[in-house]
Order: sequence, then structure tokens, then C-alpha cells
Amino acid sequence: MEQKTSLLKDVVIRFSGDSGDGMQLTGTLFSETLALSGNAISTFPDYPAEIRAPQGTVAGVSGFQVHFGSTVVNNPGDKCDLLVAMNPAALKANAAFLKADATIIVDADSLTADNIAKASFTTDDPISELNLSGRNVIVARITTMTKEALADSTLDNKAKVKCKNMFALGICLYITDRSTAHAHDYINNKFGRKNPDVAAANNLVIEAGYNYAANNHLSHNAYAVEPQGLPKGKYRTINGNVATAWGFIAASEKSGRPLFCGSYPITPATVILEELAKHKSLGVKTVQAEDEIAGICTAVGAAYAGNFAVTTTSGPGLSLKSEALGLAVMAELPLVVVDVQRGGPSTGLPTKTEQSDLLQALYGRNGECPVPVIAASSPSDCFHYAFVASKIAMEHMTPVLLLTDGFIANSSEAWAIPQMADMPTITPPIAVAGEGDFMPYKRDERLVRSWAFPGMANLEHRIGGLEKNAATGNISYDPANHAVMVATRAAKVAAVVADIPEQSVDGDSTGELLVVGWGGTRGHIASAVAKLREEGKSVAHCHLNYINPLPANLAQIFAGYKRIVVCELNAGQAAAYLQGQFPQFVFERYNKVEGQPFTVAELVNMFNEKLN
Amino acid sequence: MAEYRYTPENFKSDQQVKWCAGCGDHAVLNAVQRALPEVADALDKPHEKFVFVSGIGCSSRFIYYMKTFGFHTIHGRAAAVATGVKVANPDLSVWVCTGDGDSLAIGGNHFIHALRRNIDLNIVLFNNEIYGLTKGQYSPTTKLGTVTKTSPYGTVEHPFNPGELAIGAKGTFFARTVDAEVMLTKELLIEAAKHRGTSVVEALVNCMIFNNKTHASFAADKATRAENTITLRHGEKMLFGKDMNRGLVLDGLKLKVVTVGEDGYTLDDILTHDAHAEDTTLHCMLAAMKYPEYPVALGVIRSVDAPCYDTEVEAQVQSVKAASKIQCVDDLLNSGETFVL
Repeated sequence: MEQKTSLLKDVVIRFSGDSGDGMQLTGTLFSETLALSGNAISTFPDYPAEIRAPQGTVAGVSGFQVHFGSTVVNNPGDKCDLLVAMNPAALKANAAFLKADATIIVDADSLTADNIAKASFTTDDPISELNLSGRNVIVARITTMTKEALADSTLDNKAKVKCKNMFALGICLYITDRSTAHAHDYINNKFGRKNPDVAAANNLVIEAGYNYAANNHLSHNAYAVEPQGLPKGKYRTINGNVATAWGFIAASEKSGRPLFCGSYPITPATVILEELAKHKSLGVKTVQAEDEIAGICTAVGAAYAGNFAVTTTSGPGLSLKSEALGLAVMAELPLVVVDVQRGGPSTGLPTKTEQSDLLQALYGRNGECPVPVIAASSPSDCFHYAFVASKIAMEHMTPVLLLTDGFIANSSEAWAIPQMADMPTITPPIAVAGEGDFMPYKRDERLVRSWAFPGMANLEHRIGGLEKNAATGNISYDPANHAVMVATRAAKVAAVVADIPEQSVDGDSTGELLVVGWGGTRGHIASAVAKLREEGKSVAHCHLNYINPLPANLAQIFAGYKRIVVCELNAGQAAAYLQGQFPQFVFERYNKVEGQPFTVAELVNMFNEKLN
Repeated sequence: MAEYRYTPENFKSDQQVKWCAGCGDHAVLNAVQRALPEVADALDKPHEKFVFVSGIGCSSRFIYYMKTFGFHTIHGRAAAVATGVKVANPDLSVWVCTGDGDSLAIGGNHFIHALRRNIDLNIVLFNNEIYGLTKGQYSPTTKLGTVTKTSPYGTVEHPFNPGELAIGAKGTFFARTVDAEVMLTKELLIEAAKHRGTSVVEALVNCMIFNNKTHASFAADKATRAENTITLRHGEKMLFGKDMNRGLVLDGLKLKVVTVGEDGYTLDDILTHDAHAEDTTLHCMLAAMKYPEYPVALGVIRSVDAPCYDTEVEAQVQSVKAASKIQCVDDLLNSGETFVL
């Protein structure tokens, strides 16, 4: 391996193998080790929808990419410096994602005629066929060396071979100059008690990989990245789905309302339900419902009964939840619906990312049916936006749609742990019994009704999905009353603008080009804009988290630039929405609908074209 | 037993009841309002702990006529919404008002899953074998061959029997009544409320406008009901008829109607109703009995004890709370692997 002596600012490593090879675990343990030693990290798992696609095929390749750096890392990287490929299919699937000077480590034992054929190579030399001959390719007998390391183990041959991912992990820990301690801790915790033989074998193989790298002069610091940039404090790594779940639990604690989640498993949102199900000690109740509709309906029922209720889903599930979301709008109950967006339409690309549910979130219901829409923009800020969505839902008595996506949901990064004492209060407008019958649709100055729930004496009332009289809340078919109620519900949601921060811009407040993004594309756009600004280009970045209502100062921001381009992972939904809201500006579009995040390189190219 | 001294008036709202004159739903409303004062005392639940949740359809307007907490939801989903209400606050007495279309067609999934979970809901299923609010289309309980607006040549679909469906889903409580038997309905509602788990009370109701007399063959008047229905009571012989001399026996794997004193049958041969039997076989056969081959079974057909979903969830919360190191969100945020820079 080529010796690199100087410290690098940032490095991208990609682990890739068959979906049964344990690449997600390898990548996770490796990234956690980096984070524990103080590197900034951003990770991106890229796995097939099939649990075990045919072994050895390109369809079955599962990858995990980690980008780590000494200071800010806000995306998982376009291309990698190091690829670990456990079979020929992994080589084939990832050849396009290698930097020019990338190193490739491939398991020599996997290069059999059978595997090469399964990966649909036309020759018997995959390395030449992929034009990788001139690259720094290390062909290591990973499977053989794993088995040799376990010569004395009581495990059977199949179980021994399963440890080969830990050999790859050991190699990578050596060449990044990191300790194997965290990996050992994990293995001991996971298997130590239940299955000590498996724990011992994995521990042995981690060391075997580490020693192999050392003995074969793979440079100890080839990919060392000195941690330095993060502010002092206590950190942990977190992915978007877990951060979302924790944001809800935090909102429950702050509001004093018990948390209820009614949901149905759906990729890539399921982890939120799984995470919430763990936390009964914090009073969290989860119902795994019989379908998506029951998921939201149980949540609506729990909200009616005074819990802080959430439901979690992805695009197809949001379609099914539309009618019940309308009921929550009509009944004016607090509820947060999370849509972890994936490639659509229909079943689409379940494990891939997209931003194509924006218009469904804004408009996908019958009738005039406004809801606040908020989008998180990084794995860790899912915590913040889940909390904010919850606060708005409870304080404004409205369902709120929180958009995340498959990319930020599964990606992880280091996160400075907040303290609950520093989080804002949440004060739901809980009703107090007074003289006479309770008027459920009596509103305060923000047009918010009060929340009375079963069990509260003298507050008995009836609500439902039929239009109601603006004063009494009784059923009303009066035409003028309906017009009043439609306008009131719209004004109530519009009034949320008072509780959202002003929009900020990264860069100068006037210039040639304003790049507008929203949601999970923040990291890639920020990197691309920063790169151009370093080159002295007149470009700024405006990233939206509050989609409905929009921040009050947006028009003022837009007026400062000659051109505005809206970048999004769909066919132009936010651009169309903004064009409708601000007809005085021209919104150019840059769209990608490939089920993949932007790359920084493609954004830089496009921005340069706009600037020239 | 508590004494709240409620009267039916305490449960009547100020809203005008808008069902058609002669609709069977009026009688069920009457029975519910009469039952609740007794339920409140039996369960020691004050007025504010009663919640009525409904879906869509004529019978789902029920909640507006009750002076309790009420939620008129969307078509088919009342059982799901009520599940959320009950899990959120297990201390509530939660009632679901639903029709044959609402709970067995569009809401069929939620109906069987509520039963599977055995969550403590009281489901009052108004079965008029027709879609009333949409003005006369056939429902999942409409008899085969019936001419309706959407089956001008007669239906070619076999109907569900709600009792077979509920008991087949291992429901723990199923009872049946007819609209005219207000006192029986009241009695069954009280039993349903006392039962811990999902209770289904099927009320056979008449729709004067779109499906008049659909239950008349066995329910038209008192004399017809005496001859053509059997009111089952736990621990009592399965006897019916105005002279109470006809009864049910098992003939191989089938039920058979016999007359005591005829063909060698004595009172000892008549089956004794065991509503508490775990096994669903006989309950299912009783629920499935159709006139004219059999009398239609009324009363509590099945009532068995089983763990309740809502109390099991609550128990898990309490036991995990007692054992967990994570007692507040700060504990959670700082749990597991963290690092200090």
C-alpha cells in the first residue's frame, strides 16, 4: 500500500459485501469507533430491500459508507478512498464510486469462477474487466485467514466463515490507527453471555485482521484523520430514526402528556416504532396496529383521550392515513405524523431515499385540509424537529406532518447531547371546567381550541368529522358557517408562523445565486456551496425546515439574488410550491429522482453552470 | 358497589334524535341510556369516564344523542380509534357504536383485530342488513338473493353472521338481542360492560325504509319471538317456545330442535348453556342458528375470561418502570455509548 504520511482532512471508506456478510454491523462498529475517538462522522447504509437476495449477485450487495473528518462532515461522501469488497458482486456494484486514487481491498477467496459468474462478469478477471488493474488493489485471502485464525475454535466451518466481516473490520481499524476496544466491547456485550464461543471467535478474528494489516505493512496511518474540530462536550452517535423517536419522548416529558405511538411496520420508518417500543419506563405506549389506517386511528383516539400521540410511516402508508389525518384536522387534535420518505410511487424503492412526498404532505387529503409541515435535515436534527413538531401540534391543537427521508433516517452522525433543562417548555391548552356546557370549538386569540379529554368532569362533549357550528361545535350544514370554519382552520395553521424562527441563509444576503434546498439534502448542498464560496463564487444557501407555514422573511431573502435554484430529490415539488407562494420570483429547478442522495460533485458542477 | 344515583336523563344530550320514525336504533339508544346508571354503579365509574366512539352510518350518529364524551370518527375505524382511547386511558369505559357495513365491510379488519387483542371495549353492532345512510345498498350481512339498489337482480354474495365472525376470531364475549326487547338489550349491555375484554352485542334492528321486516320472521312480535328465538342464559337449559317445552340437543355434530316429552326426549337430554366454556365450537353453532330450521339465539352466547390488552400494556409499563435504569429523558440521552471531547 502506498504510504501516506501527512494527516488527511477527511476520508471515505465503503464496506461492501453480500447482504448476509454483516457489512452493516462492520460499518456501524467502525463508525462508532471513529466517533468515540472524536472524529466527525457521517454514515450511509445502502442495502437491498430483499432480506437475502440471491447470494453473490449484484442485487444482493449491501454497502455501508462512512465519511469521517477532523472537523465538520455533513454528508457521507460521494466517492470512497477505500473500498472493502467481500465478493466480485460488491466490486462490480461499487466500481463507479471510487475516487481516482482509491484503494481496494478484496477477499481473494471470493474470486471463484462461480462467484464471478454470479456477478455477471463476462471474463474470469473482474479486476481487469472493471478497469481497476492500475489501481491500488489488495487481494487478501480474508476467508482463509479467518478460518486459520479459528483453527482451534469449536465453531463449525459455516460459523467460522461468518466471522470474516470482523477480519475486514480489524484491517480498517489498523489502517486508520484506531483501537479495537470498542469492537471487542460490542462483541462481548452481544454474545459474551449467551454464546461465549461466538464471542471468542469474533474477538480473535478482529485481532487477526488487525495483525494481518500490521504484518503486511499496510500503512498504520494511511487513513488517519486527527480529530480536532468538534466543540467540547458530551457526544454520542445517533441516526435519524432514533433521534426522531427520542424527540417525541422529550416532548412528552416536557408537556407532561404520556406518549402514544400507533404504527404499522414500513421501511424505512420501522425503527422509530421499534425504538419507542423499548421505552415503556418513560411511560411510552406503542400499539403495533393491524394496518396503516389503524395506526393513525389509534393515535387519533389516544390524542382524543389526552395522550401526546404520534404515528410513523413512509409514503405508501401516508396515502392510507390521509382520511384519518383529515379527521384529526377536523377534530383539531394534536398529532404528529412522521413520513420517512422513500422512492415512490406505489411500493417504489423501499430502501432508497427520495423527497417526493412533499405535495402529498401539503395537499394529499380531501377537502380544504391544511396541516403544518416540517422537514428535518440531518440525522441528529431529527431530534430537534420531532420536538418542535410535537410542540406545535400540542400548543396549536393540530396534526403536524414531519418529513424525514430514508437517507437521514438510516445515516448517523456524532451529536452533542442536549440537556432537558435547556429544552423549551410545551404548554398544551388543557381545558378547565367552567359554568355551563363545555364549548369544544371556542378559541383563543391564536384560534386554538382547548383540549378536554374523557375522565375530566363536567367537560363532556361530542366531536367528529362532520362540519360543526363555529360557536357551539354541534353539527352544522349551514353554508356560511362552513365557509367560516374552512377559513378559520386555515388561519389557525397560518398563525403557527409566529412560533417558527426566521429563515437564515449561509452566505451573503445578496449575490448571483441562491441555492434553496429543504429537508435531508442539507449536508450535500452545504458542502457544495461551501466549496464554491471558498473559490470566491457569489452563491448562498437557504435551507428550509418549515414548509407550512413558510418563514415570514422568505420573500425578503429571495429578493437579494439574481437567480434562485431549488434543489430537491423529486421532480420539482418544492419549486412548484414556492412558485405558487411567490409568483414574483423565478425558481429554477435541479432535480434528481434516482433513489440516491445528491453528490457534492454534481451539485458543484450544476452551480458552476448557473454561475457562468 | 358505588351509588352515583344517575338516571337515564343524565345520559341524554340536548340534540334532536334524527333517526327515522320506527327505526330500531331508537330502542337501542333507550336501552343504553337505561343501562348506564347501573353500569356506572357496577363498575364504579362516574359519568365523565364514559366514552362513545362511532364510525359512519345511521347508527354511528348515536354518540350525538349521548351526554357523555363522544367521538364520531370515520367510516369503519371506530374500533381502531376506540383502541387508542382505551390504551391511552384504561380507566375509561369505552363503547363503540357501529353498523353492519361500518364494522364488517370497510372496518372488518379492525373488528377482528380488536377481538384478537381482547381490548376492553363494548361494541354495540347495529345489524339491519342494509346500508341505510347511503339509501339502500346491500351490506355484508344482507341475505343472499336480496334485491337492493346495487343488487337489482338479487345479491350473489354470502352474508357474514357477526356471531360466527366474532367467535371465530376467538372473541371473549358475544351476545345478541333484537330492537324490540329493550329490557333484554339493557341486561346484555350491562353484562357486556362488566366483561373485561372485547364485548360484542349484536342488536338486530329494523330499517323501516330500506330493509323493512328483515328480522320479522322470528322477531315481528312477542309471540313470534317466543316461538322462533331462544334466549340463552348461562347454567340454564336451552329451552324456548311459549310453553318452554322445546329445546336444543346435540345430534352427532349438529344441533337439533326437539320437544320435551316427544320422541323419547326428556328435560335431561336438553343442553345446558355454558357461556364460560373456553372451546368455541358450541358457541359458534348457537350463534349460527338460522330461522326457520332453528330458533335464533339471543342472550349472552359466549363470555369467557382472558387477559385484556389494555391492562397487559399498563402492567408492562409499570414493571419496566420499576426495573429500568432509564427514568427520565436525560437518562435516555446519556444511556449507552457516549464520549466526551
